[in-house]
Amino acid sequence: MTRYTSATPDDRAEMLEAIGVESAADLFEQIPEPLRLGRPLAIPDGLSETEVFDRLAALAARNADAEKQVCFVGAGMYDHYVPAIVDAITSRSEFLTPYTPYQPEISQGGLQVMFEFQTAMSELTGLPVSNAGLYEGPSSVASAGYLAMGATKRRRFVVSRGVHPHSRETLATYSQGYRAEIVEVGLEGGLTDAAALAAAVDGETAAVILQSPNFLGAVEDVEALGAAAKEHGALLVVATDPMTLGILKPPGECGADIALGEGQPLGNRLDFGGPSFGFFCATEEQIRRMPGRIAGETEDIDGRRGFVLALQTREQHIRREKATNNICTAQALNALGAMVHLAWLGRHGFRELGELLAQRTAYARERLAAVDGVELLHEAPVVREFAVRLEAPVAAVLDRCAEGGIAAGYPLGHEYPEHENGLLVAITERRSREQIDELAEVLGTAIAEISSSRGSFSTKDVQKEPQAGGVA
Amino acid sequence: MPASETPMQRERAKTIYEKSKPGRRAAVLPDAGVPERPLEDLIPANLLRSEPPRLPEIAEPEIVRHYNRLSRRNFDLDSGFYPLGSCTMKHNPRLNERVAALPGHARLHPAQDPQRAQGALELMWLLQQSLGEICGLPHVSLQPSAGSHGELAGLLLTRAYHADRGEQRTKVLAPDTSHGTNPASVTMAGYEVVKVATNERGGVEMDDLRAKVTDEIACLMLTNPNTLGLFDENIAEIAALIHEVGGTLYYDGANLNAVMGQSRPGDMGFDIVHLNLHKSFSQPHGGGGPGAGPIAVSDRIEPYLPRPQVVRRESDNGGGPSFDLEFDRPKSIGRLRGFQGNFGVFVRSYAYILSLGADGLAEASETAVLNANYLKARLAEGRAGERLPIAFERHCMHEFVLSGKPMKKELGLATLDLAKRLLDYGFHPPTVYFPLLVDEALMVEPTETETKESLDAFADAIEQILTEAESDPEIAKQAPYTTPVRRLDEVRATRRPVVRQPLGD
Ligand SMILES: Cc1ncc(COP(=O)(O)O)c(C=O)c1O
Repeated sequence: MTRYTSATPDDRAEMLEAIGVESAADLFEQIPEPLRLGRPLAIPDGLSETEVFDRLAALAARNADAEKQVCFVGAGMYDHYVPAIVDAITSRSEFLTPYTPYQPEISQGGLQVMFEFQTAMSELTGLPVSNAGLYEGPSSVASAGYLAMGATKRRRFVVSRGVHPHSRETLATYSQGYRAEIVEVGLEGGLTDAAALAAAVDGETAAVILQSPNFLGAVEDVEALGAAAKEHGALLVVATDPMTLGILKPPGECGADIALGEGQPLGNRLDFGGPSFGFFCATEEQIRRMPGRIAGETEDIDGRRGFVLALQTREQHIRREKATNNICTAQALNALGAMVHLAWLGRHGFRELGELLAQRTAYARERLAAVDGVELLHEAPVVREFAVRLEAPVAAVLDRCAEGGIAAGYPLGHEYPEHENGLLVAITERRSREQIDELAEVLGTAIAEISSSRGSFSTKDVQKEPQAGGVA
Repeated sequence: MPASETPMQRERAKTIYEKSKPGRRAAVLPDAGVPERPLEDLIPANLLRSEPPRLPEIAEPEIVRHYNRLSRRNFDLDSGFYPLGSCTMKHNPRLNERVAALPGHARLHPAQDPQRAQGALELMWLLQQSLGEICGLPHVSLQPSAGSHGELAGLLLTRAYHADRGEQRTKVLAPDTSHGTNPASVTMAGYEVVKVATNERGGVEMDDLRAKVTDEIACLMLTNPNTLGLFDENIAEIAALIHEVGGTLYYDGANLNAVMGQSRPGDMGFDIVHLNLHKSFSQPHGGGGPGAGPIAVSDRIEPYLPRPQVVRRESDNGGGPSFDLEFDRPKSIGRLRGFQGNFGVFVRSYAYILSLGADGLAEASETAVLNANYLKARLAEGRAGERLPIAFERHCMHEFVLSGKPMKKELGLATLDLAKRLLDYGFHPPTVYFPLLVDEALMVEPTETETKESLDAFADAIEQILTEAESDPEIAKQAPYTTPVRRLDEVRATRRPVVRQPLGD
């Protein structure tokens, strides 16, 4: 017997008798004989708990995680400190083990968390309506595209190349299904090319999709870029990093119809990419087109305040083929983690964290720019991530840094061939000044060694010093 | 009927924003430790926020208390029987939480160079192999984030498969018993749904199917056992019909818990399967996710699988194999999401598969079917047998569907009333009003991890509720009484939605 079942031989005998069959195998006779497997699965038999633990611990040990390496990699997911109370609360059985709250009378805890989370995301983005979360960032962009098609009855998206490559790829995948055309607009000096964007938007455009800070870390002037969308009646969709919204003007104040993004930085682990959650906020006008669960406030028959799943008439279980989206199971527990993290940071802590990121990032940017063989890839304003260009092959440099215990950043060349030796460097509150200094040193040494071994060592005329001035 | 409020009911809901007071806080952040400059020197003032978002101001002890008290307003699987049909609420082993939390998993950056994430990629590869064997389909992508995402993936794969053959097909067949995500995914994938009727044995109505199978059909989506908990014995013939016209056969794996190690969708003729790791493979539901919806496919669908794909490479210099992410897949439908998928869920599900193994998985399904049939037999007795007849009288697989139609007619109790009264008895009700085909449906899935005693107690509770209703149906109609709140006005939440807390400054 496996450890997760309880039926004893006596139980089985009694149960079979009540059913009126001889053996459990009889119950499987409804499966036509040729379709019964008739052999054990070709996977090993079950192991004891200690053995399973050891197997998985051995696999885990072969990964260079952020405890083994100092992590400057971002690109959408960041090594933030998740406060202890997040784990304590999200691991409670009462939050961990229920299903989606279909029976609201016994799900008030989860429903109220959704309502609080929606309020928090609405505050962060400056838009009045939030859902309770989607899968993750990129598929949320694709869901925004679907919403925009429904809202405008058009099938064309104008997308900045500053939008996360995974989001653009996911949008392209979904577009094969819902059949939309995608027009991409390039970057100039790290920022979306405003003239090209304005020229690309037309009366057939369902949505203009931007990201700020964009994938290269640059803070876009969303309001100015969004004017083209307004002019042609397209929706303005803005992907954003929630951790920057303590200091950046919220998308809702910049004219966004939809603000969304990857929620991982809020209260979620790196987890090699998931589970995290996507957030999705919009104007009142879009409330009946929203994807995903939304909790709403109501009253019980005695007049007590309570919460339920609201606007279910949008959803697949009611509307079936006419639903606004197909999503069902989403990422409720991850959204709870975000809510607890946000409550812990609080109104002022959240802003202070944004400021801390901006200050350390400014320092790191200058520090790296002063390293021989490193140049800024753009000089646009940044909050927590910035891009540099290396004068040596980035893959080899990253290898050297890894040997030195540092994950130095995210190489850009694969997704931005125009930046073959580009590197994206991310900062969190866990990255101290000392670690940033160490990064500069290790990076400098790696570039120097690689360049000299390739016989192409180029020193700059002047030995660079950290500059005092800003780079904005 | 209790006249007074329970302590929990007396405590009126108050959000964390309503507990906020200016000047309170929890977080203390490290000093920047670098020379600081005015923010406006770093970022132009017109891009900056004027006021911080109105997040709560509250100290840590009160945050902890707030969420702990809220948690008690939830019913959960760890505390009680949860026979929610189609959801497979089986035990969530704590070992899985422990291994998922190991820093090598939990703090691994998704963009880590594959050379330095070999353990994670090997785990994903091993999980792919295991799921492929369980499904009888050799190629697996772990990328989809949940069942409905897997469905969308499957339909996009179908589209790519046909497009590659120069064909354009427009319609997808799905039985009238199908889950809502099936038709919703069909529309999102740009197809039109064609409904197929159900026969008197609860399976696909073959004549109706034959009439609707044309060369416009891209795919048939099916779950087997279906949402009535019944195995469709005609599956081989169904598969042949679809394949004859060049369509694909899609298996909604929400009900896989009935057949693990017993029968395989690939052997039934399916081309594409999604699995719900948050159902059959013990990932906790979290009150609505996270989950994962890996897909397994046949050879002819493989070229179109999402990118990147986890692959194993043999070394050419006699070393061990290595694992990598393969991006160069020219026929791929592309990405469905960011990075590689819900890896934390993969760790838990792989731990579950290692724990049970081939023998344990087969036994889990067998016990799930045994438990379901036993509970069905118990509910065929006494009052339940009369008022809540089984929708289709035959042995079921891992779940079964009752109809509350006689109960409604004879006692005036709707299925909803019975469900709400069960809350007072400490049980999570079955899934109600699904599948749509059955009047006043109650869909019961006990799972293998429940004891006979739990099943008996549930059957006894139903009997008691029906007995009580014979003398006073109002009791159930006004239920529940003991829950933190009583019956809620759901209509109002849709007509005049209040979806966030209004805040002053
Ligand atoms: C039969 C069936 N199909 C599909 C789904 C959708 O799965 P998910 O909620 O993981 O998207 C479910 C579960 O909700 C289901 O029960």
